Amino acid sequence: MTTASPPAHATRHEPRRRRASGDTERGFSRVFRWITTGAGVLLLGVLAAVAAFLVARALPAFTASQAELLADGKLPAGVTSIAQYVGPLVFGTLLAAAMALAIATPIAMGIALFISHYAPRRIASGIGYVVDLLAAIPSVVFGLWGGRVLAPLIADFWVWLVGVLNVLPFVEFRATATGRSLATASIVLAVMILPIITAVSREVFLQTPKLHEEAALALGATRWEMIRTAVLPFGRSGVISAAMLGLGRALGETMAVLMILSTGLGYSLQIFGAGELTTIAANIASRFPEASGLAVNVLIATGLALFIITLAVNMAARAIVARRKDFSGAN
Amino acid sequence: MAQRIDVKDLNIYYGDFMAVQGVSMTIEPKSVTAFIGPSGCGKSTFLRTLNRMHEVIPGAHVEGSVELEGVDLYGPEVDPVAVRRTVGMVFQRPNPFPTMSIRENVLAGVKLNNKKISKTDADDLVERSLRGANLWNEVKDRLDRPGSGLSGGQQQRLCIARAIAVRPQVLLMDEPCSALDPISTLAIEDLIQELKKDYTIVIVTHNMQQAARVSDRTAFFNIAGTGKPGRLIEMNDTATIFSAPSEKATEDYVSGRFG
Ligand SMILES: Nc1ncnc2c1ncn2[C@@H]1O[C@H](COP(=O)(O)OP(=O)(O)OP(=O)(O)O)[C@@H](O)[C@H]1O
Ligand SMILES: [Mg+2]
Repeated sequence: MTTASPPAHATRHEPRRRRASGDTERGFSRVFRWITTGAGVLLLGVLAAVAAFLVARALPAFTASQAELLADGKLPAGVTSIAQYVGPLVFGTLLAAAMALAIATPIAMGIALFISHYAPRRIASGIGYVVDLLAAIPSVVFGLWGGRVLAPLIADFWVWLVGVLNVLPFVEFRATATGRSLATASIVLAVMILPIITAVSREVFLQTPKLHEEAALALGATRWEMIRTAVLPFGRSGVISAAMLGLGRALGETMAVLMILSTGLGYSLQIFGAGELTTIAANIASRFPEASGLAVNVLIATGLALFIITLAVNMAARAIVARRKDFSGAN
Repeated sequence: MAQRIDVKDLNIYYGDFMAVQGVSMTIEPKSVTAFIGPSGCGKSTFLRTLNRMHEVIPGAHVEGSVELEGVDLYGPEVDPVAVRRTVGMVFQRPNPFPTMSIRENVLAGVKLNNKKISKTDADDLVERSLRGANLWNEVKDRLDRPGSGLSGGQQQRLCIARAIAVRPQVLLMDEPCSALDPISTLAIEDLIQELKKDYTIVIVTHNMQQAARVSDRTAFFNIAGTGKPGRLIEMNDTATIFSAPSEKATEDYVSGRFG
């Protein structure tokens, strides 16, 4: 080394003085940094491992010849390639999750606003408790309830609704008399994702700065106008995150769909019909027990598709949240 | 555009706690009235009863009456929302809506009263209000930038612009300069002198010089001890309050010999 070294007393003195001033603080915060970094790395590692597993196990399904797929891939009748198989599954999954989200988000926001800004404190905490209880119900129970109780009950309503909708030109819905349709499954999914969306939205709405609420009220805003000008814009990104959490759950939900829906495979908008659609998770669950050989790889390939969708959904959500950062109220 | 306020025997409560007791006063139109007094004596509380912002806090309520040109603001027929449109308010900490641009902030109140307003009218109103708040020249080139990107003093003037955009009769200001530097403070004090031509202004301040500089009349509030309600001790022309107050407590407070 040829660099000029500073005077010896300075090199010895500097670090010692610093250590003396904040020794314990330093030691502890270093440990803490290691723990958090470790947790982050672990998370990435798990994610990478899952992705690697999915890709490795799905690969044979992509490289197999059409003849092999037909012989050993256990593709449903009429399906001759992976794309023909995965496509409708992705479609059904997205449709079910999107409908569940469309039903659940407004209701969850309504409940969250009621709890945070309308209800007297005692009633609010009661409702919050009930909603949290919903989250504790296992999905099998939701599936049973949806298939045994809701489906027969709601079937007549779907039939009536289809009758009304079919009056419109170019609309021709079919409705099943059993009620075991994607629409019913979506309602159950909506109930299942309601608690998480409500809970996160409520927290976000409660964090609206008093300052901004009062600013709106002092301008002569009614309570609803105050919510529109101060609470909703402030909570926007939080509600989007909440909805994405719900969407993630709806995309991957298995039991409820499996136990309600009479499944089929196709690109169909017959959400009130039976045997028209299915979702990836439900499809894997129903076929996996009997699958072997290439059929397993095919199912894992559909699982990979689900993984990619979920990842894409979350990234899209982040992009939406980040887009108007300037206006986010972070300062 | 400016109206007289008559307060009669007002008691103000937070739940069971009486925060202010027995205030009666008259606030003259087109004048600046300053409230001074030690911390916790109820200046903010009292100010917020003048546009019914007080009752926004759960359990908060009042006894007595506040009349605006003879109409009791607390009468059974009166809608607090309408009161707040007539009696505007500027807060201690600047609070422009962070999700809105400068322009949207100015228009926020008008949009609420959900009048449909044409683009040219809106442009006019934005310019007029921002000019009224002495902010136009500083922001005219960036009306679409977020309001929260301005300096503290500019944000406070933006809040004043937002408040006057709905053309209130009265403007309440709770320590509007306490978060600002001396230059911004001066800008707002000048602005208050301007606004006084059109509005009835009530300002809370801890700054004696400020009260002396900007106000026509001054009210001194005091509190006997913690847990006791605050009271209006004395109200008079500002010059009199600062030179020859009739109460000993007032004299001690304005001369800095307090406590
Ligand atoms: N939200 C509230 N809930 C309960 N009590 C309150 C609330 N706000 C204020 N108080 C009480 O009311 C009394 C008057 O408070 P207020 O804020 O009006 O005083 P102030 O004169 O404005 O003081 P400062 O000069 O420090 O702003 C105090 O005893 C305070 O503790
Ligand atoms: Mg105060």
